[in-house]
Amino acid sequence: MDAIKTAQLTKYYGQVRGIESLDLTVEEGDFFGFIGPNGAGKSTTIRTLLGLIAPSSGSAKVLGMDIGRQREAILKEVAYLPSESAFYPGLRGRDMIALSARLRGRDCAAEADRLCQRLQLDPSKKADTLSFGNKKKLAIVCALQSQPRLLILDEPTGGLDPLMQREFFEILKERHESGATIFLSSHILSEVQRYCSRAAVIRAGELIACDRVESLAKSSARRIVIHGQADLSPLSGLRQLEESEGVISFLYSGEMQPLLAVLSTGQIQDLSVTEPDLEEIFMHFYEKEADPS
Amino acid sequence: MTVFLHELRQGRKAFCIWTGAIGFFLAVCVFIFPEMKGEMDALSDTFASMGSFTAAFGMDRLNFGTLIGYYTIECGNVLGLAGAFFAALTGAGLLAKEERGRTADFLLTHPISRRRVISEKLLTLLTEISVLNLVIFLLALGSIAAIGESIPFKDIAHLHLAYYLLQLELGAICFGLSAFLRRGSAGVGLGLAGLTYMMNIIANIAPSVEFLKYITPYAFCDGASIVGEGKLDMIKVGIGLVLGALGIAAAYWKYENKDINQ
Repeated sequence: MDAIKTAQLTKYYGQVRGIESLDLTVEEGDFFGFIGPNGAGKSTTIRTLLGLIAPSSGSAKVLGMDIGRQREAILKEVAYLPSESAFYPGLRGRDMIALSARLRGRDCAAEADRLCQRLQLDPSKKADTLSFGNKKKLAIVCALQSQPRLLILDEPTGGLDPLMQREFFEILKERHESGATIFLSSHILSEVQRYCSRAAVIRAGELIACDRVESLAKSSARRIVIHGQADLSPLSGLRQLEESEGVISFLYSGEMQPLLAVLSTGQIQDLSVTEPDLEEIFMHFYEKEADPS
Repeated sequence: MTVFLHELRQGRKAFCIWTGAIGFFLAVCVFIFPEMKGEMDALSDTFASMGSFTAAFGMDRLNFGTLIGYYTIECGNVLGLAGAFFAALTGAGLLAKEERGRTADFLLTHPISRRRVISEKLLTLLTEISVLNLVIFLLALGSIAAIGESIPFKDIAHLHLAYYLLQLELGAICFGLSAFLRRGSAGVGLGLAGLTYMMNIIANIAPSVEFLKYITPYAFCDGASIVGEGKLDMIKVGIGLVLGALGIAAAYWKYENKDINQ
Protein backbone atom coordinates (compact mmCIF):
# COMPACT_ATOMS: atom_id res chain seq x y z
CA MET A 1 0.00 0.00 0.00
CA ASP A 2 1.10 3.57 -0.62
CA ALA A 3 1.61 5.54 2.56
CA ILE A 4 1.12 8.79 0.66
CA LYS A 5 -0.22 9.26 -2.84
CA THR A 6 -1.08 12.62 -4.31
CA ALA A 7 -2.59 13.20 -7.74
CA GLN A 8 -2.34 16.64 -9.32
CA LEU A 9 -2.47 18.11 -5.82
CA THR A 10 -2.64 21.90 -6.04
CA LYS A 11 -2.93 24.60 -3.42
CA TYR A 12 -3.18 28.30 -4.07
CA TYR A 13 -3.38 30.93 -1.32
CA GLY A 14 -5.51 33.39 -3.24
CA GLN A 15 -3.31 34.17 -6.25
CA VAL A 16 -0.16 32.89 -4.57
CA ARG A 17 1.08 29.46 -5.55
CA GLY A 18 1.61 26.92 -2.79
CA ILE A 19 1.98 23.68 -4.71
CA GLU A 20 1.11 22.93 -8.31
CA SER A 21 -0.05 19.59 -9.76
CA LEU A 22 1.97 17.55 -7.29
CA ASP A 23 2.14 13.82 -8.04
CA LEU A 24 3.97 12.20 -5.17
CA THR A 25 4.03 8.57 -4.07
CA VAL A 26 5.56 7.34 -0.85
CA GLU A 27 5.36 3.61 -0.33
CA GLU A 28 4.57 2.14 3.05
CA GLY A 29 7.83 1.30 4.79
CA ASP A 30 9.81 4.06 3.04
CA PHE A 31 12.23 6.33 4.83
CA PHE A 32 11.48 9.26 2.56
CA GLY A 33 13.21 12.62 2.29
CA PHE A 34 11.36 15.66 0.97
CA ILE A 35 13.83 18.31 -0.10
CA GLY A 36 13.36 21.93 -1.03
CA PRO A 37 14.25 25.44 0.10
CA ASN A 38 11.96 27.82 1.95
CA GLY A 39 8.83 28.59 -0.01
CA ALA A 40 9.17 25.60 -2.31
CA GLY A 41 5.96 24.05 -1.01
CA LYS A 42 7.17 21.44 1.52
CA SER A 43 5.08 22.70 4.42
CA THR A 44 2.09 23.33 2.15
CA THR A 45 2.27 19.70 1.03
CA ILE A 46 2.53 18.45 4.60
CA ARG A 47 -0.27 20.69 5.89
CA THR A 48 -2.52 19.56 3.06
CA LEU A 49 -1.83 15.90 3.80
CA LEU A 50 -2.69 16.50 7.47
CA GLY A 51 -5.94 18.29 6.65
CA LEU A 52 -4.82 21.60 8.13
CA ILE A 53 -5.44 23.26 4.79
CA ALA A 54 -7.73 22.17 1.97
CA PRO A 55 -6.34 21.61 -1.53
CA SER A 56 -7.49 23.92 -4.31
CA SER A 57 -7.68 20.95 -6.65
CA GLY A 58 -6.37 17.43 -7.04
CA SER A 59 -6.56 14.64 -4.52
CA ALA A 60 -4.44 12.86 -1.97
CA LYS A 61 -4.60 9.66 0.00
CA VAL A 62 -2.72 8.82 3.15
CA LEU A 63 -2.52 5.12 4.05
CA GLY A 64 -5.19 4.54 1.43
CA MET A 65 -7.61 7.05 2.96
CA ASP A 66 -8.84 10.26 1.38
CA ILE A 67 -7.53 13.39 3.11
CA GLY A 68 -10.80 15.23 2.69
CA ARG A 69 -13.27 12.60 3.85
CA GLN A 70 -11.24 10.43 6.24
CA ARG A 71 -9.13 12.96 8.07
CA GLU A 72 -9.84 11.63 11.55
CA ALA A 73 -9.09 8.01 10.57
CA ILE A 74 -5.84 9.13 8.94
CA LEU A 75 -4.72 11.03 12.02
CA LYS A 76 -5.22 7.94 14.18
CA GLU A 77 -2.35 6.36 12.24
CA VAL A 78 -0.20 9.44 11.67
CA ALA A 79 1.96 11.54 13.94
CA TYR A 80 3.25 14.97 12.97
CA LEU A 81 6.31 16.81 14.18
CA PRO A 82 6.17 20.49 13.18
CA SER A 83 9.27 22.53 12.46
CA GLU A 84 8.42 24.85 15.36
CA SER A 85 6.30 23.57 18.19
CA ALA A 86 4.00 25.64 20.36
CA PHE A 87 2.47 24.47 23.62
CA TYR A 88 -0.37 25.62 25.83
CA PRO A 89 0.66 28.22 28.41
CA GLY A 90 1.08 26.99 31.95
CA LEU A 91 1.20 23.27 31.10
CA ARG A 92 4.17 21.16 32.09
CA GLY A 93 5.87 18.89 29.62
CA ARG A 94 4.22 15.83 31.13
CA ASP A 95 0.80 17.54 30.85
CA MET A 96 1.34 18.12 27.14
CA ILE A 97 2.46 14.53 26.65
CA ALA A 98 -0.60 13.25 28.55
CA LEU A 99 -2.92 15.60 26.63
CA SER A 100 -1.56 14.32 23.34
CA ALA A 101 -2.09 10.72 24.48
CA ARG A 102 -5.65 11.44 25.66
CA LEU A 103 -6.46 13.11 22.33
CA ARG A 104 -5.38 9.82 20.75
CA GLY A 105 -7.41 7.88 23.28
CA ARG A 106 -4.39 5.83 24.26
CA ASP A 107 -2.22 5.20 27.29
CA CYS A 108 1.31 5.87 26.05
CA ALA A 109 2.91 6.55 29.45
CA ALA A 110 5.52 3.79 29.26
CA GLU A 111 6.71 4.75 25.78
CA ALA A 112 6.67 8.44 26.71
CA ASP A 113 8.92 7.75 29.73
CA ARG A 114 11.29 5.74 27.56
CA LEU A 115 11.51 8.52 24.98
CA CYS A 116 12.06 11.20 27.65
CA GLN A 117 14.97 9.19 29.02
CA ARG A 118 16.54 8.65 25.62
CA LEU A 119 16.20 12.31 24.69
CA GLN A 120 17.19 13.49 28.18
CA LEU A 121 14.05 15.56 28.56
CA ASP A 122 12.77 16.65 31.95
CA PRO A 123 8.98 16.63 31.49
CA SER A 124 8.28 18.31 34.83
CA LYS A 125 9.23 21.76 33.49
CA LYS A 126 6.69 24.21 32.11
CA ALA A 127 6.48 23.60 28.38
CA ASP A 128 6.41 27.26 27.37
CA THR A 129 9.58 28.02 29.32
CA LEU A 130 11.67 25.31 27.63
CA SER A 131 14.52 26.17 25.29
CA PHE A 132 13.99 25.71 21.56
CA GLY A 133 15.85 22.39 21.62
CA ASN A 134 13.89 21.05 24.59
CA LYS A 135 10.63 22.16 22.99
CA LYS A 136 11.65 20.11 19.99
CA LYS A 137 12.34 17.10 22.22
CA LEU A 138 8.93 17.50 23.87
CA ALA A 139 7.27 17.65 20.47
CA ILE A 140 9.16 14.50 19.45
CA VAL A 141 7.88 12.65 22.53
CA CYS A 142 4.32 13.83 21.86
CA ALA A 143 4.56 12.63 18.26
CA LEU A 144 6.38 9.33 18.73
CA GLN A 145 4.77 8.04 21.94
CA SER A 146 1.76 6.60 20.12
CA GLN A 147 3.81 4.33 17.79
CA PRO A 148 2.20 5.66 14.58
CA ARG A 149 2.27 3.87 11.23
CA LEU A 150 3.31 7.05 9.43
CA LEU A 151 5.54 9.78 10.83
CA ILE A 152 5.46 13.15 9.08
CA LEU A 153 8.39 15.26 10.22
CA ASP A 154 8.88 18.87 9.14
CA GLU A 155 12.51 19.98 9.57
CA PRO A 156 12.80 17.66 12.58
CA THR A 157 16.34 18.30 13.77
CA GLY A 158 16.24 22.09 14.10
CA GLY A 159 17.34 23.02 17.62
CA LEU A 160 18.76 19.60 18.50
CA ASP A 161 22.46 19.34 19.26
CA PRO A 162 24.47 16.78 17.23
CA LEU A 163 24.28 14.10 19.96
CA MET A 164 20.52 14.46 20.20
CA GLN A 165 20.21 14.47 16.42
CA ARG A 166 22.00 11.14 16.36
CA GLU A 167 19.79 9.72 19.11
CA PHE A 168 16.71 11.00 17.34
CA PHE A 169 17.69 9.31 14.09
CA GLU A 170 18.46 6.11 15.99
CA ILE A 171 14.87 6.18 17.28
CA LEU A 172 13.59 6.83 13.77
CA LYS A 173 15.64 3.93 12.40
CA GLU A 174 14.18 1.64 15.05
CA ARG A 175 10.67 2.77 14.18
CA HIS A 176 11.43 2.29 10.50
CA GLU A 177 12.76 -1.21 11.12
CA SER A 178 9.60 -2.07 13.01
CA GLY A 179 7.52 -1.11 9.97
CA ALA A 180 6.74 2.59 10.30
CA THR A 181 6.93 4.88 7.30
CA ILE A 182 8.97 8.02 7.78
CA PHE A 183 8.30 11.13 5.68
CA LEU A 184 10.88 13.76 6.45
CA SER A 185 11.18 17.25 5.02
CA SER A 186 14.59 18.80 5.39
CA HIS A 187 17.04 21.41 4.26
CA ILE A 188 19.88 19.33 5.63
CA LEU A 189 20.74 17.23 2.64
CA SER A 190 23.41 15.20 4.40
CA GLU A 191 20.85 13.77 6.82
CA VAL A 192 18.52 12.89 3.95
CA GLN A 193 21.40 11.21 2.13
CA ARG A 194 22.46 9.37 5.26
CA TYR A 195 19.11 8.11 6.50
CA CYS A 196 16.55 8.18 3.69
CA SER A 197 16.11 5.46 1.12
CA ARG A 198 14.06 7.60 -1.27
CA ALA A 199 13.75 11.31 -1.77
CA ALA A 200 11.85 13.91 -3.76
CA VAL A 201 12.93 17.40 -4.70
CA ILE A 202 10.34 20.16 -4.84
CA ARG A 203 10.94 23.45 -6.59
CA ALA A 204 8.53 26.38 -6.85
CA GLY A 205 5.64 24.14 -5.83
CA GLU A 206 6.39 21.45 -8.40
CA LEU A 207 7.99 18.06 -7.96
CA ILE A 208 11.12 17.95 -10.11
CA ALA A 209 12.65 14.65 -9.05
CA CYS A 210 11.63 11.61 -7.06
CA ASP A 211 13.72 8.47 -6.83
CA ARG A 212 15.98 6.39 -4.63
CA VAL A 213 18.65 8.59 -3.06
CA GLU A 214 21.42 6.58 -4.77
CA SER A 215 19.69 6.90 -8.12
CA LEU A 216 19.28 10.63 -7.68
CA ALA A 217 23.00 10.88 -7.09
CA LYS A 218 23.90 8.57 -9.99
CA SER A 219 21.59 10.17 -12.47
CA SER A 220 23.37 13.45 -12.15
CA ALA A 221 26.78 14.79 -13.01
CA ARG A 222 30.20 13.78 -11.71
CA ARG A 223 32.43 16.01 -9.69
CA ILE A 224 35.76 16.28 -11.53
CA VAL A 225 38.81 17.67 -9.75
CA ILE A 226 42.01 18.19 -11.75
CA HIS A 227 45.41 19.13 -10.37
CA GLY A 228 47.20 20.70 -13.31
CA GLN A 229 46.18 22.52 -16.48
CA ALA A 230 43.81 21.69 -19.31
CA ASP A 231 41.85 23.59 -21.94
CA LEU A 232 38.23 22.71 -21.15
CA SER A 233 36.65 25.02 -23.72
CA PRO A 234 35.74 22.21 -26.19
CA LEU A 235 33.62 20.52 -23.51
CA SER A 236 29.92 21.04 -23.00
CA GLY A 237 27.99 20.04 -19.87
CA LEU A 238 30.25 21.82 -17.39
CA ARG A 239 28.88 23.55 -14.33
CA GLN A 240 30.23 25.11 -11.19
CA LEU A 241 33.66 25.57 -12.76
CA GLU A 242 36.19 26.78 -10.21
CA GLU A 243 39.94 27.34 -10.71
CA SER A 244 42.45 28.20 -8.04
CA GLU A 245 46.15 27.55 -7.52
CA GLY A 246 46.44 24.81 -10.11
CA VAL A 247 43.24 23.02 -9.07
CA ILE A 248 40.27 22.93 -11.42
CA SER A 249 36.95 21.65 -10.12
CA PHE A 250 33.67 21.30 -11.98
CA LEU A 251 30.52 19.24 -12.34
CA TYR A 252 30.40 17.34 -15.61
CA SER A 253 27.30 15.74 -17.06
CA GLY A 254 28.51 14.98 -20.58
CA GLU A 255 30.05 11.85 -22.14
CA MET A 256 33.32 10.59 -20.64
CA GLN A 257 35.18 10.12 -23.97
CA PRO A 258 35.35 13.83 -24.90
CA LEU A 259 36.43 14.63 -21.35
CA LEU A 260 39.25 12.11 -21.47
CA ALA A 261 40.30 13.42 -24.90
CA VAL A 262 40.52 16.97 -23.58
CA LEU A 263 42.37 15.93 -20.45
CA SER A 264 44.91 13.90 -22.45
CA THR A 265 46.11 17.09 -24.17
CA GLY A 266 46.63 18.92 -20.85
CA GLN A 267 49.22 18.81 -18.09
CA ILE A 268 47.50 16.69 -15.43
CA GLN A 269 49.23 15.74 -12.18
CA ASP A 270 46.20 14.23 -10.49
CA LEU A 271 42.58 13.55 -11.31
CA SER A 272 39.57 12.50 -9.28
CA VAL A 273 36.09 11.62 -10.52
CA THR A 274 33.46 11.29 -7.78
CA GLU A 275 29.72 11.12 -7.46
CA PRO A 276 28.39 14.45 -6.29
CA ASP A 277 26.72 14.53 -2.90
CA LEU A 278 23.06 15.35 -2.53
CA GLU A 279 23.87 18.97 -1.86
CA GLU A 280 25.38 19.31 -5.30
CA ILE A 281 22.44 17.52 -6.87
CA PHE A 282 20.11 19.84 -5.07
CA MET A 283 22.01 22.84 -6.40
CA HIS A 284 21.94 21.27 -9.85
CA PHE A 285 18.13 21.09 -9.76
CA TYR A 286 17.89 24.66 -8.55
CA GLU A 287 20.33 26.01 -11.09
CA LYS A 288 18.01 24.60 -13.72
CA GLU A 289 15.32 26.87 -12.40
CA ALA A 290 17.57 29.89 -12.65
CA ASP A 291 18.72 28.93 -16.14
CA PRO A 292 16.09 26.72 -17.81
CA SER A 293 18.14 26.52 -21.02
CA MET B 1 -14.37 15.21 26.49
CA THR B 2 -10.61 15.80 26.42
CA VAL B 3 -10.84 19.24 24.81
CA PHE B 4 -13.67 20.29 27.16
CA LEU B 5 -11.71 19.33 30.27
CA HIS B 6 -8.53 20.87 28.86
CA GLU B 7 -10.33 24.16 28.17
CA LEU B 8 -11.85 24.23 31.65
CA ARG B 9 -8.39 23.75 33.07
CA GLN B 10 -6.87 26.41 30.84
CA GLY B 11 -9.58 28.91 31.71
CA ARG B 12 -9.97 28.19 35.40
CA LYS B 13 -7.86 31.12 36.63
CA ALA B 14 -9.73 33.68 34.53
CA PHE B 15 -13.03 32.07 35.47
CA CYS B 16 -12.27 32.25 39.21
CA ILE B 17 -11.13 35.88 38.96
CA TRP B 18 -14.23 36.98 37.02
CA THR B 19 -16.62 35.01 39.25
CA GLY B 20 -14.93 36.27 42.41
CA ALA B 21 -14.87 39.88 41.22
CA ILE B 22 -18.49 39.96 40.05
CA GLY B 23 -19.68 38.10 43.16
CA PHE B 24 -17.69 40.41 45.43
CA PHE B 25 -19.03 43.65 43.92
CA LEU B 26 -22.59 42.33 43.81
CA ALA B 27 -22.41 41.27 47.46
CA VAL B 28 -20.87 44.62 48.47
CA CYS B 29 -23.74 46.42 46.73
CA VAL B 30 -26.26 44.32 48.64
CA PHE B 31 -24.46 44.73 51.98
CA ILE B 32 -24.42 48.54 51.76
CA PHE B 33 -28.16 48.66 50.99
CA PRO B 34 -29.27 48.92 54.68
CA GLU B 35 -27.01 51.95 55.15
CA MET B 36 -28.20 53.63 51.97
CA LYS B 37 -31.85 52.74 52.45
CA GLY B 38 -32.61 55.86 54.51
CA GLU B 39 -31.03 58.16 51.97
CA MET B 40 -32.74 56.55 49.00
CA ASP B 41 -35.80 58.83 48.98
CA ALA B 42 -33.57 61.85 48.41
CA LEU B 43 -31.50 59.90 45.88
CA SER B 44 -34.63 58.80 44.02
CA ASP B 45 -35.71 62.41 43.69
CA THR B 46 -32.26 63.33 42.38
CA PHE B 47 -32.21 60.47 39.87
CA ALA B 48 -35.77 61.26 38.74
CA SER B 49 -34.73 64.80 37.80
CA MET B 50 -31.80 63.88 35.56
CA GLY B 51 -33.79 64.01 32.32
CA SER B 52 -32.62 61.68 29.54
CA PHE B 53 -30.05 60.11 31.79
CA THR B 54 -32.87 58.94 34.08
CA ALA B 55 -34.66 57.28 31.17
CA ALA B 56 -31.47 55.81 29.81
CA PHE B 57 -31.03 53.63 32.87
CA GLY B 58 -34.75 53.09 33.58
CA MET B 59 -34.47 54.96 36.85
CA ASP B 60 -37.71 56.80 36.23
CA ARG B 61 -39.64 53.56 36.69
CA LEU B 62 -37.83 52.13 39.71
CA ASN B 63 -38.03 53.00 43.37
CA PHE B 64 -34.54 53.17 44.81
CA GLY B 65 -35.98 52.94 48.31
CA THR B 66 -36.90 49.29 47.82
CA LEU B 67 -34.43 46.44 47.68
CA ILE B 68 -35.58 45.29 44.26
CA GLY B 69 -35.39 48.81 42.81
CA TYR B 70 -31.89 49.28 44.18
CA TYR B 71 -30.80 45.76 43.21
CA THR B 72 -32.10 46.12 39.65
CA ILE B 73 -29.89 49.14 38.98
CA GLU B 74 -26.84 47.70 40.75
CA CYS B 75 -27.33 44.26 39.20
CA GLY B 76 -27.59 45.90 35.78
CA ASN B 77 -24.30 47.70 36.25
CA VAL B 78 -22.30 44.88 37.80
CA LEU B 79 -23.70 41.69 36.29
CA GLY B 80 -24.85 43.36 33.09
CA LEU B 81 -21.48 44.80 32.17
CA ALA B 82 -18.95 42.56 33.86
CA GLY B 83 -20.86 39.37 33.03
CA ALA B 84 -21.16 40.45 29.41
CA PHE B 85 -17.45 41.25 29.23
CA PHE B 86 -16.61 37.82 30.65
CA ALA B 87 -18.89 36.02 28.20
CA ALA B 88 -17.66 38.05 25.23
CA LEU B 89 -13.98 37.64 26.11
CA THR B 90 -14.32 33.92 26.71
CA GLY B 91 -16.36 33.32 23.56
CA ALA B 92 -14.10 35.44 21.38
CA GLY B 93 -10.94 33.68 22.54
CA LEU B 94 -11.85 30.02 22.46
CA LEU B 95 -11.22 29.26 18.78
CA ALA B 96 -8.97 32.19 17.86
CA LYS B 97 -6.43 31.46 20.60
CA GLU B 98 -5.39 28.18 18.94
CA GLU B 99 -4.11 30.01 15.89
CA ARG B 100 -2.87 33.01 17.84
CA GLY B 101 -0.87 30.78 20.21
CA ARG B 102 0.11 28.49 17.30
CA THR B 103 -1.31 25.48 19.15
CA ALA B 104 -3.80 24.76 16.35
CA ASP B 105 -1.21 22.54 14.64
CA PHE B 106 -0.88 20.48 17.81
CA LEU B 107 -4.61 20.15 18.43
CA LEU B 108 -5.81 19.61 14.87
CA THR B 109 -3.22 16.99 13.94
CA HIS B 110 -4.65 14.65 16.55
CA PRO B 111 -7.46 12.29 15.63
CA ILE B 112 -10.30 14.54 16.65
CA SER B 113 -12.72 16.12 14.20
CA ARG B 114 -12.97 19.88 13.97
CA ARG B 115 -16.68 19.54 14.67
CA ARG B 116 -15.88 17.88 17.97
CA VAL B 117 -13.29 20.54 18.83
CA ILE B 118 -15.89 23.26 18.18
CA SER B 119 -18.57 21.39 20.16
CA GLU B 120 -16.37 20.81 23.18
CA LYS B 121 -15.14 24.41 23.18
CA LEU B 122 -18.75 25.60 22.91
CA LEU B 123 -19.67 23.35 25.82
CA THR B 124 -16.85 24.97 27.80
CA LEU B 125 -18.31 28.40 27.07
CA LEU B 126 -21.83 27.36 28.09
CA THR B 127 -20.54 25.62 31.22
CA GLU B 128 -18.45 28.58 32.37
CA ILE B 129 -21.27 31.07 31.78
CA SER B 130 -23.80 28.76 33.50
CA VAL B 131 -21.63 28.06 36.54
CA LEU B 132 -20.67 31.73 36.91
CA ASN B 133 -24.33 32.76 36.84
CA LEU B 134 -25.39 30.02 39.25
CA VAL B 135 -22.68 31.03 41.73
CA ILE B 136 -23.58 34.72 41.40
CA PHE B 137 -27.30 33.97 41.76
CA LEU B 138 -26.78 31.94 44.92
CA LEU B 139 -24.43 34.59 46.28
CA ALA B 140 -27.02 37.29 45.60
CA LEU B 141 -29.74 35.35 47.42
CA GLY B 142 -27.38 34.65 50.31
CA SER B 143 -26.34 38.32 50.55
CA ILE B 144 -29.96 39.53 50.60
CA ALA B 145 -30.79 36.96 53.28
CA ALA B 146 -27.72 38.02 55.26
CA ILE B 147 -28.86 41.67 55.51
CA GLY B 148 -32.25 40.52 56.81
CA GLU B 149 -34.33 41.60 53.81
CA SER B 150 -37.05 39.36 52.41
CA ILE B 151 -36.00 37.89 49.08
CA PRO B 152 -38.11 38.96 46.07
CA PHE B 153 -37.27 35.61 44.49
CA LYS B 154 -39.31 35.87 41.31
CA ASP B 155 -37.96 39.31 40.35
CA ILE B 156 -34.38 38.39 41.26
CA ALA B 157 -34.65 35.13 39.32
CA HIS B 158 -36.05 36.95 36.26
CA LEU B 159 -33.27 39.54 36.38
CA HIS B 160 -30.56 36.90 36.66
CA LEU B 161 -32.18 34.80 33.94
CA ALA B 162 -32.19 37.83 31.62
CA TYR B 163 -28.50 38.52 32.23
CA TYR B 164 -27.71 34.82 31.81
CA LEU B 165 -29.44 34.86 28.42
CA LEU B 166 -27.61 38.08 27.51
CA GLN B 167 -24.28 36.44 28.29
CA LEU B 168 -25.22 33.35 26.30
CA GLU B 169 -26.13 35.48 23.30
CA LEU B 170 -23.01 37.63 23.42
CA GLY B 171 -20.81 34.62 24.16
CA ALA B 172 -22.28 32.70 21.22
CA ILE B 173 -21.92 35.62 18.79
CA CYS B 174 -18.33 36.18 19.89
CA PHE B 175 -17.69 32.44 19.59
CA GLY B 176 -18.83 32.69 15.97
CA LEU B 177 -16.55 35.69 15.38
CA SER B 178 -13.71 33.77 17.02
CA ALA B 179 -13.76 31.27 14.15
CA PHE B 180 -12.92 34.08 11.72
CA LEU B 181 -10.22 35.70 13.84
CA ARG B 182 -6.62 34.94 14.53
CA ARG B 183 -5.66 38.04 16.47
CA GLY B 184 -7.56 40.85 18.19
CA SER B 185 -10.35 38.62 19.45
CA ALA B 186 -10.33 40.22 22.92
CA GLY B 187 -10.83 43.69 21.43
CA VAL B 188 -13.66 42.45 19.24
CA GLY B 189 -15.38 40.76 22.22
CA LEU B 190 -15.09 43.77 24.52
CA GLY B 191 -16.05 46.10 21.70
CA LEU B 192 -19.20 44.14 20.92
CA ALA B 193 -20.25 44.02 24.58
CA GLY B 194 -19.66 47.76 24.99
CA LEU B 195 -21.38 48.58 21.71
CA THR B 196 -24.56 46.66 22.55
CA TYR B 197 -24.61 48.30 26.00
CA MET B 198 -24.38 51.74 24.42
CA MET B 199 -27.01 50.83 21.83
CA ASN B 200 -29.47 50.13 24.63
CA ILE B 201 -28.73 53.44 26.35
CA ILE B 202 -29.15 55.37 23.10
CA ALA B 203 -32.39 53.51 22.31
CA ASN B 204 -33.70 54.44 25.76
CA ILE B 205 -32.91 58.12 25.19
CA ALA B 206 -33.89 58.59 21.54
CA PRO B 207 -37.26 57.18 20.39
CA SER B 208 -36.17 57.50 16.74
CA VAL B 209 -33.69 54.64 17.16
CA GLU B 210 -35.90 52.46 19.31
CA PHE B 211 -35.42 49.64 16.77
CA LEU B 212 -31.99 49.14 18.33
CA LYS B 213 -33.80 47.46 21.21
CA TYR B 214 -34.47 44.52 18.89
CA ILE B 215 -30.76 44.17 18.24
CA THR B 216 -29.10 44.69 21.59
CA PRO B 217 -29.55 41.96 24.20
CA TYR B 218 -29.52 44.63 26.94
CA ALA B 219 -33.05 45.53 25.86
CA PHE B 220 -34.53 42.34 27.29
CA CYS B 221 -32.51 42.92 30.46
CA ASP B 222 -34.28 46.22 31.18
CA GLY B 223 -34.78 45.79 34.92
CA ALA B 224 -37.64 48.29 35.17
CA SER B 225 -39.67 46.37 32.58
CA ILE B 226 -38.83 42.96 34.06
CA VAL B 227 -39.80 44.04 37.59
CA GLY B 228 -42.78 46.09 36.40
CA GLU B 229 -44.28 43.41 34.16
CA GLY B 230 -43.06 40.40 36.12
CA LYS B 231 -41.74 38.70 32.98
CA LEU B 232 -39.14 38.91 30.20
CA ASP B 233 -39.95 40.31 26.77
CA MET B 234 -39.94 36.98 24.95
CA ILE B 235 -39.86 38.53 21.48
CA LYS B 236 -36.58 40.25 22.25
CA VAL B 237 -35.31 37.13 24.00
CA GLY B 238 -36.27 35.09 20.94
CA ILE B 239 -34.40 37.46 18.62
CA GLY B 240 -31.40 37.26 20.93
CA LEU B 241 -31.44 33.47 20.91
CA VAL B 242 -31.66 33.43 17.12
CA LEU B 243 -28.66 35.78 16.88
CA GLY B 244 -26.76 33.54 19.30
CA ALA B 245 -27.68 30.46 17.27
CA LEU B 246 -26.46 32.21 14.11
CA GLY B 247 -23.15 32.90 15.87
CA ILE B 248 -22.78 29.22 16.73
CA ALA B 249 -23.73 28.15 13.20
CA ALA B 250 -21.14 30.57 11.81
CA ALA B 251 -18.51 29.03 14.07
CA TYR B 252 -19.20 25.53 12.71
CA TRP B 253 -19.47 26.71 9.11
CA LYS B 254 -16.23 28.68 9.18
CA TYR B 255 -13.97 26.62 11.44
CA GLU B 256 -14.80 23.25 9.89
CA ASN B 257 -13.56 24.53 6.52
CA LYS B 258 -10.91 26.96 7.63
CA ASP B 259 -7.33 26.77 6.40
CA ILE B 260 -5.03 26.69 9.41
CA ASN B 261 -1.98 28.55 8.17
CA GLN B 262 1.34 28.83 9.94
